[in-house]
Amino acid sequence: MYRYSEFDHDFLAERNAQFRAQVERRIDGSLTEDEFKPLRLMNGLYLQLHAYMLRVAIPYGTLSSAQMRQLALLAEKWDKGYGHFTTRQNIQYNWPKLNDVPDMLDALAEVGMHAIQTSGNTIRNVTADHFAGAAADEIADPRPYAELLRQWSTDHPEFQFMPRKFKIAITGSENDRAVIKAHDIGLQLVERDSVLGARVIVGGGLGRTPMIGKELSEFVAFDDLLAYLEATVSVWNQIGRRDNKYKARIKITVHEHGIDAIRAKVNERFLQVRSQFKGADMALLEEIKGHFAPPAFREGSVASFESAYTNDPVFRSWIDTNIAPHKNADHAIVTISIKKHGQTPGDATAEQMRVMADLAEEFAYDELRISHEQNVILPHVHKSDLPAIHAKLKEHELATANIGLISDIIACPGMDYCALATARSIPVAQEIATRFDDLKLEHDIGHLKIKISGCINACGHHHVGHIGILGLDRAGVENYQITLGGDGTENAAVGDRTGPGFAYDEIVPAVERIVDTYLEQRESAEEEFLQTYRRVGMAPFKAALYPEAQANAA
Amino acid sequence: MARAFTPKVVTANDLLEGDVIYLTEDDRWSRELSDAELITDEAHAQVRLLDASRQANKIVGAYLADAVAGKNGPEPAHFREDFRRTGPSNYAHGKQETATQPRA
Repeated sequence: MYRYSEFDHDFLAERNAQFRAQVERRIDGSLTEDEFKPLRLMNGLYLQLHAYMLRVAIPYGTLSSAQMRQLALLAEKWDKGYGHFTTRQNIQYNWPKLNDVPDMLDALAEVGMHAIQTSGNTIRNVTADHFAGAAADEIADPRPYAELLRQWSTDHPEFQFMPRKFKIAITGSENDRAVIKAHDIGLQLVERDSVLGARVIVGGGLGRTPMIGKELSEFVAFDDLLAYLEATVSVWNQIGRRDNKYKARIKITVHEHGIDAIRAKVNERFLQVRSQFKGADMALLEEIKGHFAPPAFREGSVASFESAYTNDPVFRSWIDTNIAPHKNADHAIVTISIKKHGQTPGDATAEQMRVMADLAEEFAYDELRISHEQNVILPHVHKSDLPAIHAKLKEHELATANIGLISDIIACPGMDYCALATARSIPVAQEIATRFDDLKLEHDIGHLKIKISGCINACGHHHVGHIGILGLDRAGVENYQITLGGDGTENAAVGDRTGPGFAYDEIVPAVERIVDTYLEQRESAEEEFLQTYRRVGMAPFKAALYPEAQANAA
Repeated sequence: MARAFTPKVVTANDLLEGDVIYLTEDDRWSRELSDAELITDEAHAQVRLLDASRQANKIVGAYLADAVAGKNGPEPAHFREDFRRTGPSNYAHGKQETATQPRA
């Protein structure tokens, strides 16, 4: 885990003092809202439908137990007792009062956290594979590089007033759990001739114009990577469109100029900026790597785990869905579902946060992760501790065995909170989860990712959901469009629209018809939804969704 | 031809609390939509919006929202305003915690 230096502490204290004074000047009338708004956004403070919202960065999704406890404290002391983990590995508080926000930021600074660059046209929180440093399939832990990027991008003078926001994701595995092809820049660590570097993907993004990122370079060695990224952002900062907000993201720049032209410009710029990087970044990276040294994995018998797995069917079910392979064979990666059927995806109460912090401290080398899929992860757990962890989770409604299943839904806050939303997404997620739990079909259906957004900005990643749902306002009524076949992994694909949308009370039955069609069409229980869709195509799903159209055509 | 004017209320968020507020006929800010002044004249609506915008040290983001006359005062014309006057649908938070305005 990265520990703040003296410089980090001082920088944050100064920023927080500045913001406290800015809030005071807004309240005493010295600043207008037009003057104050960019200042509050720079510090993660939004104004939503019902209240202010504070978005706190969780860099590359990594937290210590002390940090998680502090997030619980904020929820209890200044909010309504809960927090919302987002698809960008952040946490949002939905009910802060303006006067309290400076105190909240000071409390965060006590544990080395902040809300800087969680908004605005800057480089946002760098996200990473939530299994980083633990996954069996990883080349290297991407987080030291992610931390280097955090330090490089925070308050970077060239990148404070860009055409639009800019998001970077990084993974150390071929199996992409960080959706790198749907980010402005996606980095995949690769090794070539024993030199560590990254494959650089550029121009991915969801929103109103979804694009899958393209390969800008198949390999850039770490020595050159920061200069190469600076060159890339710099090229876009100069030629990216500022005339139209909807055409300002780098995906449009790449689309309009073509990847080859962008690559040529980046290479040219790279040669100019390269000499400014004299190796200080590599020295810093070496120092940061020390912070992320893997824990001393304890040894011991896993017999108690094996006996619980054999004898306790509830435990077995949880293990089968919520556990991923760890690079150390006696250890496991635990994903804690914060999506109990019927609950709001991504919400955790202060009490649940403390329980997870306690478990991390006692059993998981003091580490927690937040996934972009809105769950919490204990990345390093000795298998013999799994029964005790499961028992504790059960007491706090945290033991739902649904990771990767139909109720493990990503949903943006939608019109229940967000000022940009055009329809609700949370209740749709709640009802789908409850419905399939009632049907007891979830485990039979198997791996299926539903992702729901309440507007075209696509915070709920609907384009890359196996089933994607987009909530719109059609003539003053909520209406939901469906896409099928999206994929957020290394085989990234944007889903195909089924046809006309469905009213609020029709959307859950429509999803049920899609799932029924899949169950009829699949060749075996092993063929997953996405495989079936790729094999049979849209036609059978369309027939099930729009029987009237079929009848008319006949 | 210009579209016919539909009735409006002036609404905003409170600067300190951040919650939804409505401008009343006697120049107060109320937490309840039913207390709001229902404006049926376009020119008067612009004047009232200006009145509101001048109170920048108390409110944020004033705008005119469509509303319809109801038995007990104005009611929302669109589901977005219905959410604003009640609160989110996943928890009984926001105005529905205390106010007398059930969701339509």
